[in-house]
Amino acid sequence: MKGGKSGLAAILPFLWLALFFAFPFLLVAKLSFSDTALAMPPYAPRIDWSQGLAGLQAFFAALDGETYARLTRDRLYLDAYLSSLRIAATGTGLLLLIGYPLAYGISRCPPAVRQALVMAVILPFWTSFLIRIYAWIAILKPAGILNAALGALGLPPVDILNTETAVLLGLVYAYLPFMVLPLYAVLEKQDESLIEAAQDLGATPLQAFWRVTFPLSLPGAAAGALLCFIPMAGEFVIPDLLGGSETLMLGRVIWTEFFANRDWPAASAVAIVLLATLVVPILLFEREQGKVLR
Amino acid sequence: MKRGPSPFNIASVVLGLAFLYAPIVILVVYSFNASRLVTVWGGFSTRWYVALFQDAQMLDAVWVTLRVGVLSATLATVLGTLAAVALVRGGFRGRTALAGGVYATLVMPEVILGLSLLLLFVAAGLPRGFWTVTLSHSTLTLAYATVVVQARLATFDRNLEEAAQDLGCPPWKAFALVTLPGIAPAVAAAWMLAFTLSLDDLVIASFTSGPGATTLPMRLYSQVRLGVDPKINAVSTLLIGLVATGVIAVYLTQQRRRGRGGPGK
Repeated sequence: MKGGKSGLAAILPFLWLALFFAFPFLLVAKLSFSDTALAMPPYAPRIDWSQGLAGLQAFFAALDGETYARLTRDRLYLDAYLSSLRIAATGTGLLLLIGYPLAYGISRCPPAVRQALVMAVILPFWTSFLIRIYAWIAILKPAGILNAALGALGLPPVDILNTETAVLLGLVYAYLPFMVLPLYAVLEKQDESLIEAAQDLGATPLQAFWRVTFPLSLPGAAAGALLCFIPMAGEFVIPDLLGGSETLMLGRVIWTEFFANRDWPAASAVAIVLLATLVVPILLFEREQGKVLR
Repeated sequence: MKRGPSPFNIASVVLGLAFLYAPIVILVVYSFNASRLVTVWGGFSTRWYVALFQDAQMLDAVWVTLRVGVLSATLATVLGTLAAVALVRGGFRGRTALAGGVYATLVMPEVILGLSLLLLFVAAGLPRGFWTVTLSHSTLTLAYATVVVQARLATFDRNLEEAAQDLGCPPWKAFALVTLPGIAPAVAAAWMLAFTLSLDDLVIASFTSGPGATTLPMRLYSQVRLGVDPKINAVSTLLIGLVATGVIAVYLTQQRRRGRGGPGK
């Protein structure tokens, strides 16, 4: 396959993504300007093709921003929006704090051990996400394992299931491999002689780390942070299972509007708002990935 | 590496891995607990496994999930390998768009993907069920398959394939006979990853599935909402065992090849 022909290989995946990924976003956008209706599917207007062009015109005339106006009138949506961003940002910060020492520790091990440790970090990711979050319910619930352990140590019990703390714990737990791997990738590639040079010039190991290793690892930290922040902002399973009723996040709002309230236009409008918020982080992530390729 | 790990490095690694594995270990251990209560150890028992194999609904969900997983992973791996070839080698127009689509799928919140795919199926008038879930999962996992194959392909020595072509081999045949065997471990890994992700997905399946196509995560989710059921521990342990065996087998095969200096280096 010489240069020009490899474009042929792109055709199928390209069409696939256009049909199943890009085009559906237009449908979501369209639906967010529609109204709910007692019908199946539960929205109006629908294009009346039998009317030809007039049907199309009537369809576009019936679209309005009413759903978005509804979102701004209810405090719940704004609260969910802000807490989604706050929780995702806090989670990303915690992931950096926990993931960095782990990735750094692995990169300092001998090569043979490193391989096995990277494997060990990835392996939990291959086991069911739902099940790993479910395991935390058994640990965190009031009569759960954590409190049994605390009791055995003579410490007072904690009640964190169904709080934001539990959600953050679940997020950090589930996304840790996504933070560690990009960080490890940059730390592992780092040239050891740079550290030696810094130390030869009189830097203490800590100074060498802060002035050399850390700045050079920032691209990895950025990639990891974006890779975690974007999906976390729309996360559904973790806030739903560990957050109880008090933790509002947009992923959950979309789910509830869709499944419980059967309000498809509202679910679509919230999805569009979330997407619009994530466009910039997604573009940044793509730029980072593009650099890795070259 | 001249400097070994410091005690701080070792502590970070040990604590980090303990954090990752503790819940999984607890889950596996308690799947053999005779007691229904999670904090009480009632002795070793396989009763939850017996109960699991008598739960027809759960077994049905497992069967649906496996079929969706195999089909969607295969589709995704074929499409992902094509996309990887195009991304690594192509200087074609639309390359940025293809890369953009792949990376955007990777980070897109699942709720958005699920909702948008559902609207597509509704607009197309497709009845929701087995096939809509399969198509949706292929879309999700295609991106992961692409990234895995792409990483391997980027370091693959292209001269071998060009040599084959210089000796008169048609391009597609040179790719199939030279490059494909070389990147086979990555293609296998891509399939495994796609399969696992499909096995695992709750959100997209919930949006795009219909009557008669309830997947295991959907069944588990409705059970979890009702409260802790030790049967979930049992089914989880089986899943963990299945996946761990597969992943470790692939890893060991690759290590052995590497040891022999074979094409998987």
